[in-house]
Amino acid sequence: MRKLAEWQLALPLALAFASIFLAPLLMLVGVSFFNDDKISQPGFGQWAKFLGDPFSYKVIADTMLLGLKTVCATIVIGYPLALIYLDASPRLQKVLIFIIVMPLLLSVVVRTFAWIVVLGREGVVNTLLMQLGIISEPLRLLQTELGLVISLTQIEMPLMLLPLISVMSRLDPNLRDASSALGASRWRTLFKVIVPLSMPGLVAGCLLVFASSTTAFISQTVIGGVRLIYLPLLIWQQSLVVFNWPFAAVVSLTLLVSVLTVVSALSYLGRRSGGYVHG
Amino acid sequence: MGRRRSLADLSYSLVIGTLAGLALLIIVAPVVIVLTTSFTEGRSLKFPPTGFSLQWYEALFDASKSRQIHRAVYNSLEVAAWSTGFGILFGSMASLGLARNRHRLARVADGLFMSPLVLPGLTFGLAALMYFTLIGFRPSINLIIAGHMIVTVPFIIRTTSASISQLDPALNDSSQSLGASWLYTMRRVTLPLIAPGIFAGAFLAFMASIDNVPVSLFLSTARTDMLPIRMWGMMESTLDPRIAAVSGVLITAAFLLMLIMEWTVGLTRRMRD
Repeated sequence: MRKLAEWQLALPLALAFASIFLAPLLMLVGVSFFNDDKISQPGFGQWAKFLGDPFSYKVIADTMLLGLKTVCATIVIGYPLALIYLDASPRLQKVLIFIIVMPLLLSVVVRTFAWIVVLGREGVVNTLLMQLGIISEPLRLLQTELGLVISLTQIEMPLMLLPLISVMSRLDPNLRDASSALGASRWRTLFKVIVPLSMPGLVAGCLLVFASSTTAFISQTVIGGVRLIYLPLLIWQQSLVVFNWPFAAVVSLTLLVSVLTVVSALSYLGRRSGGYVHG
Repeated sequence: MGRRRSLADLSYSLVIGTLAGLALLIIVAPVVIVLTTSFTEGRSLKFPPTGFSLQWYEALFDASKSRQIHRAVYNSLEVAAWSTGFGILFGSMASLGLARNRHRLARVADGLFMSPLVLPGLTFGLAALMYFTLIGFRPSINLIIAGHMIVTVPFIIRTTSASISQLDPALNDSSQSLGASWLYTMRRVTLPLIAPGIFAGAFLAFMASIDNVPVSLFLSTARTDMLPIRMWGMMESTLDPRIAAVSGVLITAAFLLMLIMEWTVGLTRRMRD
């Protein structure tokens, strides 16, 4: 038998990707340049309709802001947890990583449902606050952006923590010891040594959390409700309720472009700050 | 000086400790609360639950009352099994072909195969729906399997490529210089060594398929209903309390699977690396 060139082993998957990944995406671009929902008259009509409507820009901005708020929240409470992990004994580390990874194996729908039970009118938060006498009327937490950001913070947390922990565990512990031996406080060591060196993990985490939370259709519709409109809801409405495929194609390409723009901006910033550390 | 430093260190421990504690609480509490609530005696899902009963689990396991849910579970398992199977076959072949290749085209192909991880899933889901419909396919479970294979194969490629890069190339060379054929070397040396990597990736791919929303949302129909989409339907309009029981089952399953994977292939170690 003749020896195969090794790269030829990748051909079946390459063919599959060409026919059921690249071809559909190209067709999506094609469909967006049709004026009518029967897909018969080519033109820029749908793009003009979407980009000419101020409402579209509000939805785009809201979607991107939702992603950024979620990223900030996961950093503020996720980063300290990664620091605790770093200082923990190997035994405790095993328990912590188990707790962190476990939600990842749990369906997003289950995690979303959990927040309905927590944030609902008769939910944990309202029950607790009313029993403590802090509030007399149940707070409205579902169908608000605040509730959605809190929920997404938990739902996306593993995506922030895994790359962070992966990078942090490879840090040379001597660097921290040296910093404190030279008289730096723990805060100074954190911001001058640990944060700059863990930047690649932090950036990777931000990218994953941002990309995931901006497109989290189930969480957005169930916890956000129909009053908070983000791009994924618009795509779903236009394609599966109104059946205006060209318009849905325009919206989903907008989602793709805006997510990829923010993601490349974040990774560019990450590379720049990485350069600052090394030289 | 010393005093100021210890004060700073105290504030550090306090702030970092509180925030990390909040993170742990936010990760764990909702899961525990859902599990507790699923055993409620009441008709609604309030917390703390009233009494203890298995009524929602009984309703969930009742073959006639929950036929749609059972069907969705069956469909989801079938799709996950087939798409992971194809993913193992194509994905590990692609990793073996590309992992050691430094050619530009190989890097491009690798980037393409990993791109479903960052691409908004809804964009691909909608694209797949339009594509399959416009070229004349009728909706079927095979199309869902194809779509799931595309979005889950990156997990298999990532862990498999990581295992391949840790292989000592000398093993390959010595096997071949001792006269073993390429195929024999693959079967007796390479595959057994990278099998744990493939297995870990396959597990993640399987779970990702079970959990997939964006592709199933567009490609599934009433006849090929998938579990996450059905669960979404159970929460969307009026809250169907059986969803608490479904969640309870899924939480238990995830917990057990996690333990098994930890013992067999050291899943968490692989995800950290």
